[in-house]
Amino acid sequence: MTTLLSAKNISVTLGNRKILDNISLDMNAGDLKVLIGPSGAGKSTLLQCINHLIAPDHGEIYLEGKKINTNNNKELCHLRQNVGMIFQDFNLFDHLTALDNICLALIKVHKLSKTEAQKRARKELDRVGLSNRAGLYPAQLSGGQKQRVAIARALAMDPKILLLDEPTSALDPELVGEVLLVINDLAKNGMPMIMATHQMDFVRSLATEVLFMEHGIIIEQDSPKILLAEGAKTRTLDFCSKLNNLKDGCTILG
Amino acid sequence: MELLDLAFYTERIIPKLTHGMIESLWLIIPASIIGGAFGIFMGVLRVFGSKWIKKIADSFVAIVRGVPLTIQLMILYFGLPNIPYLKLYLDPYQAALLGFIFCTGAYQSEYIRGALLSIKQGQIKAGQALGMTKFQIIWSIIIPQAFRKAIPGCGNEIIYLIKYSSLAYLVTHIELTGEAKILVSRTFRPTEVYLIAGCYYLFLVTVATWILHLLERKLYIPGFGKAK
Repeated sequence: MTTLLSAKNISVTLGNRKILDNISLDMNAGDLKVLIGPSGAGKSTLLQCINHLIAPDHGEIYLEGKKINTNNNKELCHLRQNVGMIFQDFNLFDHLTALDNICLALIKVHKLSKTEAQKRARKELDRVGLSNRAGLYPAQLSGGQKQRVAIARALAMDPKILLLDEPTSALDPELVGEVLLVINDLAKNGMPMIMATHQMDFVRSLATEVLFMEHGIIIEQDSPKILLAEGAKTRTLDFCSKLNNLKDGCTILG
Repeated sequence: MELLDLAFYTERIIPKLTHGMIESLWLIIPASIIGGAFGIFMGVLRVFGSKWIKKIADSFVAIVRGVPLTIQLMILYFGLPNIPYLKLYLDPYQAALLGFIFCTGAYQSEYIRGALLSIKQGQIKAGQALGMTKFQIIWSIIIPQAFRKAIPGCGNEIIYLIKYSSLAYLVTHIELTGEAKILVSRTFRPTEVYLIAGCYYLFLVTVATWILHLLERKLYIPGFGKAK
């Protein structure tokens, strides 16, 4: 079986600082890989290199075994259609309703008619539980609702892989659950995903592999059972226990 | 008293000035539509064009903004016919219209350029991530948003255009100001004629402001363009 998507030897340099240093990553069907690491580690940059929103200085992307020529706009658009992306701050189109946010690319990229596109968009809104919000503009939606519309928008394009860049970190704690629930459903249905997140319960229960990044390189890479096992002497566990301490600290303060 | 001679107004001033206003509208309406489209086009080129296209568009705007409109109109009307080989003769209406289109287009492109640059990077990234082409992103994401942000500035420019359309009389196109000048030279009553001509301009500007408000309301999107 060919690998669904692979990134080979990705490097990004800004000035003389290496943001990503020769990183490679393979995605197969059913994979749910999680990127963890302190801010500035290069998680966001790596995700955006995979669908070439950031052009890496070196490295190649292969989609189903075929190398993408990123100088060819057609191949680039083909890659991006197959790799959906969810952003930390949603990036819904501010001038369009929830429904039209989903329809736009269906009409422009997949060349569906307006009626077909709306039908599909409604189906996706229904999947994320927002069919009654179709006519609202982004400013009229809560953060969690915006992110669910953004997920529906990505799913409508029938991506083979989904990239999620800290999808819940711009949300109020109360709204995190509704978004994780949607992502949870996707994971259970076998949607391959690469996700930067610090939601450790989610990582423990669903991730097939954890990649711990720091200073632009992958320091540790294994299943969450091994990296996060109790008493494991891993950088990942160390980092996560600090996250937990922080949480406990907040509970004490709260 | 001469000032209250009603027949003088209804029979001599009003018909002439109304005719002049219609002539002015024939300049203002096409100039604002064609000039507006031209401004959007130039604004897009100045932001998204290649290096050389940007330079050419920037220079054009710099020239149009840097040379007084009066001089530009004179060049278009009196200057072009004398250029060897070109010998382009524009009639007064064409010269005035072309001058106004260039002028309003250049200023509109400034407002559009500013609005285009203010669109958040995330909006563009979202379009790219969905596999949209650069042209599709500019056409269906950036321009609709930028246009809404630019309306107040562009509306202001249309109001300026109504007023600088009065320069058309300099190239012998007889519009509102031209009619007023002729009336004054025939009647020797500048006070009444110019006051009423002023009222005509005020009326045009008021109507334009009202139409712009309607447009703004029609294109209103809840929460759009407000600071978070």
